[in-house]
Amino acid sequence: MTDTVATQPRPQKKASRWPYLIPLVAVLALGGVFAKRLLDVERGVEVNALPTVLLDTPVPAFDLEPLPGHAQGLKNEDLKGQVYLINFWGSWCVTCLYEHPVLLKVAAAGDIPIYGVAWRDTPEKSLAWLAERGDPYARSGQDPNSKAAIAFGVAQAPESFLVDAQGIIRYKQAGPISMQDWQTKIQPLAAMLKAQQKQ
Amino acid sequence: MKRLVLLAAALCLSGAAYAVEPAEMLKDPALEARARDVSKELRCVVCQNETIDESHAEIAHDMRVLVRERITAGDSSQQIIDYMVSRYGDYVRLSPRFMTSTLILWIGPFVILLIGGFVVAARLRQAGLDPDLQIPDEQLAAHSEMGDKT
Repeated sequence: MTDTVATQPRPQKKASRWPYLIPLVAVLALGGVFAKRLLDVERGVEVNALPTVLLDTPVPAFDLEPLPGHAQGLKNEDLKGQVYLINFWGSWCVTCLYEHPVLLKVAAAGDIPIYGVAWRDTPEKSLAWLAERGDPYARSGQDPNSKAAIAFGVAQAPESFLVDAQGIIRYKQAGPISMQDWQTKIQPLAAMLKAQQKQ
Repeated sequence: MKRLVLLAAALCLSGAAYAVEPAEMLKDPALEARARDVSKELRCVVCQNETIDESHAEIAHDMRVLVRERITAGDSSQQIIDYMVSRYGDYVRLSPRFMTSTLILWIGPFVILLIGGFVVAARLRQAGLDPDLQIPDEQLAAHSEMGDKT
């Protein structure tokens, strides 16, 4: 390879310097992207959360078996006419532990009912979990093979959806609900939806 | 050299390890093949860059089972993919659709190739070489022989 090039004498032309700045600019741009993502994580923005396609669409149809010993399961038609929160959780889910005390407080306050979907779990484990930590759910349904979870586009537990009286999904929380999430986002929205319902 | 060629061939021919378990599979091979094809189009929602066909995540397992249930129920492959997209959004497609927000994905590589071509052409001209320069055949032959020996 070298000899073919070498046969032609190179004219001594002064090459411009600016192309050498391209890598620097590229690195700085990449650094900017990384910095933004890191700051997002700092601020608690859920960076891996999928965009919600179900927002402002009717809640998917579901008809879930009750937990053993519970009279009622979970059926979307039964829940019509009320503003409610539906929460996907599992006894295997670590962040659900963090969310659980918040749900208990919300349930005790009684603004809106919370319905629980025991996702990918055995009824025994779900019941034991609720018995040990308290049961915030007005009703519970089982979703052992992700039928409801897939219908809701749930990727990871916990995920929660705020549904209005017309059965439209108005808010989705991917990941655990913190007390701050509840107070700043979900509670005001729920109050607004309930006010609309009364009109 | 021979060993290297064999290794390369083996690596090219061996497929990825799939997660589909025997218990999940459909009895009808034609339907199962369709299920596999659909599964390869769908992205596992918790593992970013695996198809549900490859992923061992539990949700991927449940999605595979759902794909097979739908196929058995007579849904077309497109209907199944559309259903998943209606639940999880375009994210769930492993090959992104051609639309404005994915334009850069589709044409980006070609644009970069074009820019690279211009840069190379400009460089060659700068070095005083004709970009259309023909290298004599005997010179090329000499080089390829040298290449073979190494």
